[in-house]
Amino acid sequence: MEFKDYYAALGVERSATQDEIKRAYRKLARKYHPDVSKEADAEAHFKEVAEAYEALNDAEKRAAYDTFSRRQERGQPFTPPGRDAGFEFSGRDFGADDGMDYSDFFESLFGRQTRSAGARRSTQAAGEDHHAKVQIDLEDAYRGARRAVSLRMPVVDAQGQVTWQERQLEVTIPKGVREGQHLRLAGQGSPGTGGGAQAGDLYLEIAFVPHPSFRVDGRDVYVDLPITPWEAALGATVSVATPDGGVQLTLPPGSSSGRKLRLRGKGLPGNPAGDLYAVLGISVPPADTPAAKDAYAALAKVFANFNPRSAAEA
Amino acid sequence: MADPLSTPTHGTIVEEEMRFTLIELCRVCHADAEQLTALIAEGVIEPAGSGPHDWEFSGAMLSRTRTALRLSRDLQLNTAGTALVLDLLDEIEDLKSRLRRMGAR
Repeated sequence: MEFKDYYAALGVERSATQDEIKRAYRKLARKYHPDVSKEADAEAHFKEVAEAYEALNDAEKRAAYDTFSRRQERGQPFTPPGRDAGFEFSGRDFGADDGMDYSDFFESLFGRQTRSAGARRSTQAAGEDHHAKVQIDLEDAYRGARRAVSLRMPVVDAQGQVTWQERQLEVTIPKGVREGQHLRLAGQGSPGTGGGAQAGDLYLEIAFVPHPSFRVDGRDVYVDLPITPWEAALGATVSVATPDGGVQLTLPPGSSSGRKLRLRGKGLPGNPAGDLYAVLGISVPPADTPAAKDAYAALAKVFANFNPRSAAEA
Repeated sequence: MADPLSTPTHGTIVEEEMRFTLIELCRVCHADAEQLTALIAEGVIEPAGSGPHDWEFSGAMLSRTRTALRLSRDLQLNTAGTALVLDLLDEIEDLKSRLRRMGAR
């Protein structure tokens, strides 16, 4: 098991005061909190910081950790203490499931953590609701799909110990689901305790795998459409890729770069369905042969009075 | 548990098909009524209805409530601070959405 240096994770000295630890945590939490951070790997980083703070903020835990790390330094084998029943935490709910994702190191030192003792006090209690994230392809949202989801869930056994259980679930992705929406799977959370108690529900947050060509904004989908100068000037019928296959699009004559052409109802399906926007970009062919140079020269001659900068000069 | 792969599980889209009572929202968010009442008083989440007994929350409130609770717990913010962060996050999302429409990646 890997030894974790919680002081290094917070960037403080071993002699740091509780105030210094708190300050260091707050600063790092603002930097890496997945809800506000722009950093790559914010989530993983935040988990490290939160775990370190959880261990060092509590005087008792910190003392226990210091004792173990001193023994570790003296080369004594790392032997975790017995399961510690004393602590209760609120958990972090990022990542694959809603359970507390503390490292094995943390759990062996402080015991496995359970979220809410209150819910288990009565002999018959409804199971807890769980939250998880699932990434789907944009195409799945267009057509609907079935997705296998693996979950890691904390399960409380008869002795009150928490163990992790892996489970696979086959989930139907409804057509037209949007990024950030949640699916509620009734009865797929923790089982209830005691006879006849209701199981909790599972909430899946939908995220889209980033697509190389389509950008999604709510129900609407955007795609870049490169066109030639003559298609832009004269108009043309071109084919445009959509997540649901190619469609023909009529370009009006005199189209300019940046213009958006709307394909009504070709965005994400739903009621109402979203729209698909083709964003035009004029691609200019290189003048790399004598014939091509002649063609540009002929254009220059015909458009001798055209000055795209005239507006800027005026 | 019977083989779960044999029957796919059908989900309900929370934002479109669900509404929550105060008790239900507390349960889903692992929060107590006091925490949610404070968020309501600050205008972070807005229920329909005249009082706690008939408050009704739209499905979209789920994700907002959970974000608010995470922020206040992890960044140790008070309710006013949480409300401010959420407003700024909304504004950032709005700007990002404008960028997406303009073609920036």
